[in-house]
Amino acid sequence: MRAADVILEALKREGVDTIFGFPGGVLLPLYDAIYDSDINHILARHEQGAGHAADGYARASGKVGVCLATSGPGATNLVTPIANAYMDSVPLVAITGQVSRHLIGLDSFQEADVTGITLPIVKHSYLVKDAAKLPRIIREAFYIAGTGRPGPVVIDIPVDVTKEEMEFDPEFLPAMDLPGYKPTVKGHPKQVKEAARLVAKAERPVIYAGGGVITAGASDELRELALYGHIPVTTTLTGKGAFPEDHDLSMGMLGMHGTQYANYAMSRADLIVAVGVRFDDRVTGNLAAFAPEAKFIHVDLDPAEISKNVTVDVPIVGDAKKVLTDLMAEVRKLDLPPERHLPWMEQVEAWKRDHPLLVKDSENGEIIPEAAVRRIWEVTRGEAVVCTEVGQNQMWAALHYLSRHPRRFISSGGLGTMGFGFPAAIGAQVACPDALVVDIAGDGSFQMTIQELATAVQYGLPVKVCILNNQYLGMVRQWQELFWNKRYSHTCVECQPDFVKLAEAYGAEGYRAAHPEELEEVLRIAFASDRPAVIDIRVKREANVFPMIPAGGTVHDMMEREP
Amino acid sequence: MKHTLSVLVENKPGVLTRVAGLFARRGFNIDSLVVAETENPVVSRMTITVDEQDHPVEQVSKQLHKLINVLKITDLDPAGSVERELLLLKVKADAQSRSEIMQIVEIFRAKIVDVSPEVIIIEMTGTRDKVSAFMELMKPFGVVELMRTGRMAMSRGKRPT
Repeated sequence: MRAADVILEALKREGVDTIFGFPGGVLLPLYDAIYDSDINHILARHEQGAGHAADGYARASGKVGVCLATSGPGATNLVTPIANAYMDSVPLVAITGQVSRHLIGLDSFQEADVTGITLPIVKHSYLVKDAAKLPRIIREAFYIAGTGRPGPVVIDIPVDVTKEEMEFDPEFLPAMDLPGYKPTVKGHPKQVKEAARLVAKAERPVIYAGGGVITAGASDELRELALYGHIPVTTTLTGKGAFPEDHDLSMGMLGMHGTQYANYAMSRADLIVAVGVRFDDRVTGNLAAFAPEAKFIHVDLDPAEISKNVTVDVPIVGDAKKVLTDLMAEVRKLDLPPERHLPWMEQVEAWKRDHPLLVKDSENGEIIPEAAVRRIWEVTRGEAVVCTEVGQNQMWAALHYLSRHPRRFISSGGLGTMGFGFPAAIGAQVACPDALVVDIAGDGSFQMTIQELATAVQYGLPVKVCILNNQYLGMVRQWQELFWNKRYSHTCVECQPDFVKLAEAYGAEGYRAAHPEELEEVLRIAFASDRPAVIDIRVKREANVFPMIPAGGTVHDMMEREP
Repeated sequence: MKHTLSVLVENKPGVLTRVAGLFARRGFNIDSLVVAETENPVVSRMTITVDEQDHPVEQVSKQLHKLINVLKITDLDPAGSVERELLLLKVKADAQSRSEIMQIVEIFRAKIVDVSPEVIIIEMTGTRDKVSAFMELMKPFGVVELMRTGRMAMSRGKRPT
């Protein structure tokens, strides 16, 4: 069997049904094998698109995403998606072609040291110098990418390796050789007991949940703890959907652009139950003043996250699902009547009542971007798979598109990658063919990967791109307005394509909504279509995302609305 | 405070780059680094000295553990381990100074490994402090060149490092 065929067989054995890729010279043998294979290959229009699509596919499905790029520039175009997956702990296997073994190191045509370039942004990587090792390496790569704290794994394969003839027995599972890899999964029972004691004792508890809860599939367990203990819940951006945001106990997102009530609650809490989070600077602001009155329980699978940014009182290293199950078992032994922290619940309710997320429907006949997100939420009844780009659109989506289920809100959190949302939406649509997939976009971000319209059209993936079009690179402009004397240096992008015509030129549908009264109708028509669509929503140009705590600030620096 | 981390890693291409790259990316400073194969040829040992002042050693150690090729990390307690460094030092030595140098070499149980009309090369091993003290004493004679290996360490008693 050709090694190229072995690669595909080994992928199938790992349960791979779809690859997102882009061919090239050194991938000729592999693409020749793909020609006959029953693996579904989605041809992106840029390797970055392929990488983000695999990422979106992984986040929406919970499976390992696979992308494929050729050597040199193809592989370097994957650097951003790999870094993106690394920052958000997304399971991704990136296969890159490499020049022939005898040409490595000679500055050969389309040669780049891909394992070297990606070293700081991968969970692990392989340069395959021996075809016989391919079955084992592919098995290890999927195991490493998908277990423990997930992350990207690069497999760099020289072209001459893929041309070799070799034996392959699909029934034979090669033994993995990973003596140094043992992901810890079970929380320490003593620590779990101690955590339960703190939960029972707390007068002002808050659950702070992140992407780790979704990765671990621990939403049900988290909900059980919150409901049983009557503990209000706030989530991070990547944790959206870990707890239903329309529930009374939900306080929405916390942090720089979090809700006021979530941030007030953090600042007054006496116990923070942090699950699957990493105390990111966008959440904590000024570390010294973060949750000053609280004790911390921190549940995380990665021991290196414990006490990295915030020193915690009860660290529990383990899989969130198992730890929360154990914690519930301990908590159930204790008596937790709802009235034990009634004043706290009333306080949280009062904050919610007094500081709701403000949404005006329109202003001077213009569409307010937050209102547009609320319309999208209403029209989709909150059930769409939502991807976002990065910037203001992302924060408006996070605040106003209330998520009910895990894996239904997909956003580039750690890396903050503009251009992520649309290809991720394509990947999510492949993973969830029957779902309505909406990319809440900005006009700036969308133009970074806009060429993937061709991909969506080619494969009949009916992704809906809702551009909150303000003709600005809005988030940077907002900072320029607030902190740099309104000197809008290179953030005004009035020169832009006619998005409606552009969509049509690609063979997708194009719509425009410029007035508040036409928005809902346009959304309904576009969402009802079975084709990809771009909806150019003209919004108030200089709208800002509020509330906002400036970088490095505290809850006392929070700006509630336009100054 | 200086910490000595004894790190067992798989003896595979690129492992040193992964470890060094991790230190660079996380902003950890390496004071010294010694790498060589162990009694088991598929395993290498890295002895890494880091300064706790720059970064909590626990965080360094946890991040290292995340590398797939890292097998075991021991933060060696100075009292519970034997520590050595190897020094090669080329010092000016003429007829007058030679005997004085040889006396100091004797006291430090060092060894003269090469003699030429103007310089001699001295080999010595010892703890970091002893090596530094010896270097101080050699300075007045005129040090032409010196090389230190960096710290190696092994835990005392039956238990493996």
